[in-house]
Amino acid sequence: MFEKDGSYPSWFPVAGASVAGLVIFCGAVWGLADWYGIPTQALFGQLLLGLINGSFYALLSLGLAVIFGMLNIINFTHGAQYMMGAFTAYLVLTYSGLGYWAALIVAPIVVGIFGIIIERTMLQWLYKLDHLYGLLLTFGVALIIEGLARNRYGSAGLPYAMPDSLRGGRNLGFMFLPNYRAWVIVASLVICLATWYVIERTRLGAYLRAATENPTLVRAFGINVPRMITLTYGFGVALAAVAGVMAAPIYNVSPQMGSDLIIVVFAVVVIGGMGSIMGAIVTGFGLGIIEGLTKVFYPEASNTVIFVIMAIVLLIRPAGLFGRTA
Amino acid sequence: MASVAEAAPTAVRANESRSATIAFVIMVAVLIVAPFFIYPLFLMQALCFALFACAFNLLIGYVGLLSFGHALYFGWASYLAAHAAKVWGFPPELAILTGAATGAVLGLIAGSLAIRRQGIYFAMITLALAQMMFLLAVQAKFTGGEDGIQGVPRGKLFGMIDLTPHSTMYVVVLVIFLASFLFIHRVINSPFGEVLKAIRENEPRAISLGYKTDRYKLVAFVLSATLAGIAGGTKAIVFQIASLTDVHWAMSGEVVLMTLVGGLGTVFGPVAGAFVIVAMQNYLNALDQWVTVIQGAIFVACVLLFRRGIIGEIAHLMRIKL
Repeated sequence: MFEKDGSYPSWFPVAGASVAGLVIFCGAVWGLADWYGIPTQALFGQLLLGLINGSFYALLSLGLAVIFGMLNIINFTHGAQYMMGAFTAYLVLTYSGLGYWAALIVAPIVVGIFGIIIERTMLQWLYKLDHLYGLLLTFGVALIIEGLARNRYGSAGLPYAMPDSLRGGRNLGFMFLPNYRAWVIVASLVICLATWYVIERTRLGAYLRAATENPTLVRAFGINVPRMITLTYGFGVALAAVAGVMAAPIYNVSPQMGSDLIIVVFAVVVIGGMGSIMGAIVTGFGLGIIEGLTKVFYPEASNTVIFVIMAIVLLIRPAGLFGRTA
Repeated sequence: MASVAEAAPTAVRANESRSATIAFVIMVAVLIVAPFFIYPLFLMQALCFALFACAFNLLIGYVGLLSFGHALYFGWASYLAAHAAKVWGFPPELAILTGAATGAVLGLIAGSLAIRRQGIYFAMITLALAQMMFLLAVQAKFTGGEDGIQGVPRGKLFGMIDLTPHSTMYVVVLVIFLASFLFIHRVINSPFGEVLKAIRENEPRAISLGYKTDRYKLVAFVLSATLAGIAGGTKAIVFQIASLTDVHWAMSGEVVLMTLVGGLGTVFGPVAGAFVIVAMQNYLNALDQWVTVIQGAIFVACVLLFRRGIIGEIAHLMRIKL
């Protein structure tokens, strides 16, 4: 925990302040709920829903941040690829009988390969152009995917059954915790933290970060940067697909499930700033919780609260909570 | 200010303005003759979108700011114009002005937030703010939710001219469009416009020359939103309806597409693009469900192969500026 010279590492006060803040925040929420006369069951129920949403925000904004770091492109197709993940799970179940756990492996691979094809055939021609063209191109691809899915499957959602092993739930005393939701939260936390670890603490991650800073120099060391870029895009897209599979049993599988979500995730990314992997994760979960709480205290504002927070953050800290001022 | 303008030799500038004048005369002539051959309602729809696209192009083409939420000003302006005409009993000219004011106010708020970040973030912020206002439009009472505001009266212009016949309405729409078009032309060729282009080319340099670029960007943003508001208000009066379609992000995407197809940063490009896209939507009605897919494909094709757009490509081939 301490550096060799006995001083504490730079994240120490930040972590301390965060924990203290969290404790005060929880106390305040509890007090408020008590004062409003909201039953603890309802409060924790909405908090749980918020955490679930937060898991998806975190996974998706993490993918966006990883892709943006390497490709300098905002991947507008991210929502569509999340939707593709859910559809792959549905199709795999319908046509080959492979269940949820298999889908968790198959969907990211299939959608990841699709992403790699997109990168090789289209995105790679745009790196030298203005970033905006990347946004426009991926927006076009998203329209194509969504349009095709809507033509084939209609706008109504298709149900996707929960895996048997995760049915039911347990009573925690103050609330009922469905197993599946607990699984989603834990799984996405693990995936997020593993991604953070790989990027920030391993040799591969060091190459990635170096290539983000100065691709030419990294190439001079004999590292195949274009391939790394391709694989990074594939990985980011695969993250979206994993999120899609996990979302399938909770929300229905529908063609437009990604497009509304991706706009919220854009707001999350603006709030957090894309400079930091951990920032993306923390902001994702945090905003999910805030959204859940808003549902308890002021339900009318629950679907706009993230945008309002974005506006406030832009006023106070334009670079985003974890962003570096360029 | 003058340094940028003087960079182009006078002879070239005179040449440019001549080709632009000829193109403008041709456009006006076509638009005057067109209603005798083409269904006026289609023309009016295309003109409203052309104005909308020109407003959008003012930002992307001349300041280099990609607003991915322009449906916000267009859609909310059409709501307020419709509400003003129907509930408050405003005459059409005041209803459209209400739309313009709506665009201006919303543009001022959204713009002052969005210009705090650059590049890709700017696009995401404008999109997010537009989505927020879309959700508000879904919830608000006066917008009528899924039904929208229907049966908006066209009314009498200045209390005298009945706008119910399509022909009269067309003349009004044409006048609004041409006036706005000339206004945009004036703005981008003014010293103010030269500063905008300088910001597009190199913002740090513009700052180092002493320009408060944030103010220029904000003014450009508000102008663009106001013009989008005029377009939205006019559309509400022409079609006598304001609905959620016009505030949805898909509409923001459509105006980007129109401008991209016509040619980013060209004066006539957005007009051509709007006519192409509106025509595509009208005449490919049978392919209704494929419209989104086709639009996506056009996006991809434009970005990969055809970045100059129709007018940009023509201008490039003929070595003129349009």
